[in-house]
Amino acid sequence: MKRVYVNENWCLGCRLCEYHCAFAESRQKDMARALRGVKINPAIRIEANNGISFAVSCRHCKQPLCVKACITGALHITNGIITADKARCVGCYTCILSCPFGAISQNETGVIQKCELCTASHGSPACVKGCPNNALVYEERE
Amino acid sequence: MAINFLYPEYEIVRKESRCIACRACENQCAHGAHEFLADKGVMTCDESKCVNCHRCVCICPTRALKIVKSGNAYKQNANWGQRTVDELYRQADSGGVLLSSMGNPQNYPVYFDKILLNASQVTNPSIDPLREPMETRCALGAKPHRIERDKKGNIKNNLPPQLKLSMPILFSAMSYGSISYNAHESLARAAQELGIYYNTGEGGLHEDFYKYGKNTVVQVASGRFGVHSGYLNAGAAVEIKMGQGAKPGIGGHLPGTKIVGDIARTRMIPEGTDAISPAPHHDIYSIEDLRQLVYSLKEATDYKLPVIVKIAAVHNITAIASGIARSGADIIAIDGFRGGTGAAPTRIRDHVGIPIELALASVDKRLRDEGIRDNVSLVVGGSIRSSADIVKAVALGADAVYIASAALLALGCHLCRSCQTGKCNWGIATQIPQLTKRLNPDIGCKRLVNLLSAWKHEIQEMMGGMGINSIEALKGNRLMLRGIGLNERELAVLGIKHAGE
Repeated sequence: MKRVYVNENWCLGCRLCEYHCAFAESRQKDMARALRGVKINPAIRIEANNGISFAVSCRHCKQPLCVKACITGALHITNGIITADKARCVGCYTCILSCPFGAISQNETGVIQKCELCTASHGSPACVKGCPNNALVYEERE
Repeated sequence: MAINFLYPEYEIVRKESRCIACRACENQCAHGAHEFLADKGVMTCDESKCVNCHRCVCICPTRALKIVKSGNAYKQNANWGQRTVDELYRQADSGGVLLSSMGNPQNYPVYFDKILLNASQVTNPSIDPLREPMETRCALGAKPHRIERDKKGNIKNNLPPQLKLSMPILFSAMSYGSISYNAHESLARAAQELGIYYNTGEGGLHEDFYKYGKNTVVQVASGRFGVHSGYLNAGAAVEIKMGQGAKPGIGGHLPGTKIVGDIARTRMIPEGTDAISPAPHHDIYSIEDLRQLVYSLKEATDYKLPVIVKIAAVHNITAIASGIARSGADIIAIDGFRGGTGAAPTRIRDHVGIPIELALASVDKRLRDEGIRDNVSLVVGGSIRSSADIVKAVALGADAVYIASAALLALGCHLCRSCQTGKCNWGIATQIPQLTKRLNPDIGCKRLVNLLSAWKHEIQEMMGGMGINSIEALKGNRLMLRGIGLNERELAVLGIKHAGE
């Protein structure tokens, strides 16, 4: 299955992936209109320290701890992609606690949000398209 | 505090209605021109720090930024121009020699722009390169004067070593140190993929790049940095650098702050020491001395590699080239006065040397007149900007061209001419790890390959239009050229007719 992979050698820490993620999630046509004056809450996050930076988003693990931990069945696997059913999420955050990568967060309404690879909305991940230095790639790996 | 005489040359214009305060501009500006005001939640900028490199403009996801020329103007004066006055103020402030980088930006004539190409009509058919073969391959090196035969009458192979190119283009010398590791990797990989050559410059060859040796020209310059037997034999040709178009008569000086880690190791000098290339080679004061170095290098490489001698285009270029063609060198590279540099004294860059078009035409004619044109191939550089420049250069007599500024532009350079600051925002002319990583060689290589593939197609189209199906048949074919707006003297030097003649 194709996944988003990060190469920290090329990550500039510019955070454009975060903004492209938020823009994709907004489902609007113009980024300035969508994000101006907005404090974004993206599903991909840049971790940066000491000159090293890289983006962290859901790894779509083959045996995901978050899905195992979910008490309501809101998290499930569809064609390898771990998706969250926001209507079923009760906001217990057990998944946030159990994710070893810190890739799950809460959204403005209190339920969880995570990267679902933009498959439903845009076909392929917006963060990868928006990365200026190919530090993010969307590809098949073993 | 003393009065600051200088008003910023450029202004950063931010369209507030489009700025989303993502701070990418702030993150990407090594000069600190952008700043986020956390208490107000808005971006601000200090245009006095801006070098106009356009990194922020290109990275801004909402196109909220643009750079415009500052409107601040002195009282109009046709003699004391704005730049002249600003430079004077700068020197009165610092007491120093002015430094600049990249090529001469002054308003001298560009002869390539005053030359037009021919095309076939009616009496000689043009050729469609999409349907018929169109040869752009060429070989650089001395060509044998006569056919030799063995006792049985079979032709003996007396061809001296050649550089074989898929198109008449090479990347010219830019040292590791003046440009980054990733820039070198981009050039090396692109040269390999395209079947052409890149040039190490005078900084030695990083051990990681020996694998690209078949597509590498290794340079020996006056500082002899990084030169050893393994280095010479790693390349496909050896180039002796006598001069550089951007700074004829001047050496080089890479400050000790840039001589760190791998660069010190590759140059074979201690970390933190200044890398000073003397203006002359201290062992070369005549053509005879040059001949000694040419043959020393041939001896060191077992006579398997062609030797290039690179010189800057200066007033006496024809006599110098004639001497070099008799020195045993296989290829002469001439660098015109618009050639680029990582740093040169401004006055030298802007006022020394001659245009490559005139130097090329004169040298080609002189060598032909003396019957020694086949002793050498001619490679010319110094602001080759497009495939049309290449076709014109070949028709004027060049065997191939050197490109460097054009290659850097493909890698992201915006000609801000601030290489000497060492803070290139595009990751090219810098050694700061946070900046060098901005040039991903995967992308860099691809962009170089794209550029030259496009140029190759264009060269084929132009040749086809002229009814020529091989680059060799275009070489020195000055009947394919006409001058426009040139005087008699200029036309005579170029050896071409005026349009309409």
